[in-house]
Amino acid sequence: MKPVAQISAWLLAAGVAGGLTTSCGPRETRVEWANRHQILLKGSGSEPKDLDPHVATGVTEHHIIMALLEGLVAEDPVDLHPVPGVAERWDISPDGKVYTFHLRANAKWSNGDPVTARDFFETYKRILTPTLASEYAYMHFVVKNAEAYNAGKLTDFAQVGYRVVDDHTLEITLENATPYFLPLLNHMSWFPVHLPTIAKYGPAYQRGSKWTRAGRFVGNGPFTLEKWRVNDVIIVKKSPTYWDQATVRLNEIRFYPIEDNNSEERAFRAGQLHVTETLPLAKIETYRRNRPDVFSFGPYLGTYFYRFNTTKPPLNDKRVRRALAIAIDRESLAANVTRGGQTPAYHFTPPGTAGYDCRTKLPADIAEARRLLAEAGYPNGKGFPRMELLFNTSEGHKAIAEALQQMWKRQLNIEVELVNEEWKVFLDSTQSLNYQIARGSWIADYVDPNSFLDMWLTGGGNNETGWANKEYDALIAAAASAPGPQQRLEFFQQAEALLLDEMPIIPIYFYTRVCLKRPELKGWHSTLLDNHPYKHVYLETTATTTNGHQ
Amino acid sequence: MLRLITKRLFETIPVLFIVATLTFFMMKRAPGGPFDSEKQTTPEIRAQIEAQYGLDKPVWQQYLDYLGHLAQGDLGPSFKYAGWSVNELLWSAFPVSLELGLYALAFALTFGLIAGIIAALRKNTWGDYVPMSFATFGICLPTFVTGPLLLLVFASWLTWFNASGWEQPRDRVLPAITLGLYYTAYVARLTRGGMLEILSQDFIRTARAKGASEWRVVWRHSLRGGLLSVVSFIGPAISGLVTGSLVVESIYQIPGLGKFFVMAGFNRDYTMVMGTVLFYAVLIIVMNLLVDIVQVWLNPKLRFE
Repeated sequence: MKPVAQISAWLLAAGVAGGLTTSCGPRETRVEWANRHQILLKGSGSEPKDLDPHVATGVTEHHIIMALLEGLVAEDPVDLHPVPGVAERWDISPDGKVYTFHLRANAKWSNGDPVTARDFFETYKRILTPTLASEYAYMHFVVKNAEAYNAGKLTDFAQVGYRVVDDHTLEITLENATPYFLPLLNHMSWFPVHLPTIAKYGPAYQRGSKWTRAGRFVGNGPFTLEKWRVNDVIIVKKSPTYWDQATVRLNEIRFYPIEDNNSEERAFRAGQLHVTETLPLAKIETYRRNRPDVFSFGPYLGTYFYRFNTTKPPLNDKRVRRALAIAIDRESLAANVTRGGQTPAYHFTPPGTAGYDCRTKLPADIAEARRLLAEAGYPNGKGFPRMELLFNTSEGHKAIAEALQQMWKRQLNIEVELVNEEWKVFLDSTQSLNYQIARGSWIADYVDPNSFLDMWLTGGGNNETGWANKEYDALIAAAASAPGPQQRLEFFQQAEALLLDEMPIIPIYFYTRVCLKRPELKGWHSTLLDNHPYKHVYLETTATTTNGHQ
Repeated sequence: MLRLITKRLFETIPVLFIVATLTFFMMKRAPGGPFDSEKQTTPEIRAQIEAQYGLDKPVWQQYLDYLGHLAQGDLGPSFKYAGWSVNELLWSAFPVSLELGLYALAFALTFGLIAGIIAALRKNTWGDYVPMSFATFGICLPTFVTGPLLLLVFASWLTWFNASGWEQPRDRVLPAITLGLYYTAYVARLTRGGMLEILSQDFIRTARAKGASEWRVVWRHSLRGGLLSVVSFIGPAISGLVTGSLVVESIYQIPGLGKFFVMAGFNRDYTMVMGTVLFYAVLIIVMNLLVDIVQVWLNPKLRFE
């Protein structure tokens, strides 16, 4: 026993001494050190599933991949409108269906190879190849024949709407004029990949290739992958081969996958991060009041809502659905329950989505709700069957569900039972329509009302309410082939009005994005998709910059 | 001795087989799958993904395939982290958890033994009550309370340490203390009990009567016997310590095993669930075997049994 005790004592003494001797006195915080070296320290939420842009699906992954790869177009740092990327300019045919991209000659991969139109062609072929089973292949479905090729109904890729005109000219032909096509190109599913590198490390048209490791990854973005330690850190360094490296001011970005938002907030407070992914609900008020210099708040393109299972009584009656939807006091919910500055939602598509503001608004009308319920055969809730409200286990969702339960009890005198399920069980229940009312949320993939409205098409994979309406389907289809942008938005207006009349869902609130951001972080604007093109981001300390320990 | 080891190693195979089988079928019974997500894909894509991972085959076929790979030491690709295999992920996280676990153990033994011995020597005085009260606290306080408390004091106020991360040597100190505190308390109580029993024995009275110093009484005569219960506690304690803790890893942002253990289940990362369960099973078997060997080595009587 003696040696063990001795060794342990030594270990401990060494550890404590090592910790203390180097740490007494006001030492430089990590951000202070990083400021001097232009290194951005960013909380990135969770460990990315993969860094292959055709396999990854989440926002977390997108925010890392956009440092490593660049698409045909890039994003403006302020409002994300498309600006030249690998393509220095593009022409659009008068009918809006054919886009010709002229690629810049000095665009290079990180291994020195030039980025050519063929690279993009091969990339798009890869994402649409059925064996790769890319979950975001549907982002390409606006392109002629892309959907058929992806589904295996068409085997000749030459018939899909991509054409290499020459090394630096790429032509893309769409199914219909698509006003959101250029913004769409900023989704990672449109970023180019270096096929020879992928093929070197495994089958190129299957998932799970190991080409995305540090040291192997070949990209064309402003940064290169330097280090990837799972659950620890991902480090990207300024790329020496990037065509616009003169604009890039950061030398390095470190992404820390801190899942626990309390840990992340502590790391920020201790001066270890420039910007966090989120902020614990309980701390929002305090930061808003006491630390306006670091509190960052902005709209985010997503909606929190509930789904109705419209296939079973009593929810197959739209009067009941409407009664439940308009009996909710959304203002009180935002002020007292969610408290993150969320905007109460009286329709489904967040306001200002690519110039679209829904005209139709749900009323907040208790009397009307009671009248509708009575009309459906349940005066003052009498005879209304006991219902279940399903949500996935989480404190936040529970608080909202409890508030709804109370409001419905008080205003309509109906009983709702709360049921929570673990995430995957919950997904299984909602997908198989094994619920009555279930929580849902939707974050847009691109800034366009279509991203919110096409999910309610009959039989759509994300519909999950059993709601089917031919008129609605026709309106969405009409919007897709509308002759002009105004007519198109008008079809969306009509579609959403119909959606709100039929009420297969209850919109609750529009998401906001709340995070902590240090004042020396510049070129970082609040954007709808929370994208921040890193080549415009830099660190600049001023005399007023506060110390990280406060 | 050799026979004991060989026999135990052979017993390992059926045990692991049973663990693997039970885990496999229980996991398949759980609703939901690794590729369910809030955003649905088309049925064709879904079918392709499942085909690539062999999930389209009948369950018994999947089971046999898995066992086949397992026999070659291949735990398969992670379903959640597409570019990584389970072997790679476990091997990258295990050294971190092992390191942290050993520091925590060192901390627990050092402070636990000291506190326990002092308490035994100063029985029913303040010298006993104070360390034992701390020990009771240590057992009662969960890591999700001690972790943030330590961080508040040492990282936020005193700024001696970083609030998270696993980069510099100093980043090891607070997590090791947080993880080790419970074990410290346990070791202290076990030591006190063991020491009290030995200190009341006749040979200790004889030693004292012969004028042996207090130091010698403790160090030479009582410690060996007093620590037997601590030794048997260490075996399972090590398996628990080196396999990581989700709570400590989340609080301090440490890339250890604990996260995989817990999140694999939530993610329905089938291969990762199997991998972590089998890894833990092997570790426990090895630890128990080591404890048995040490016991046989310490106690000659056992050698003939």
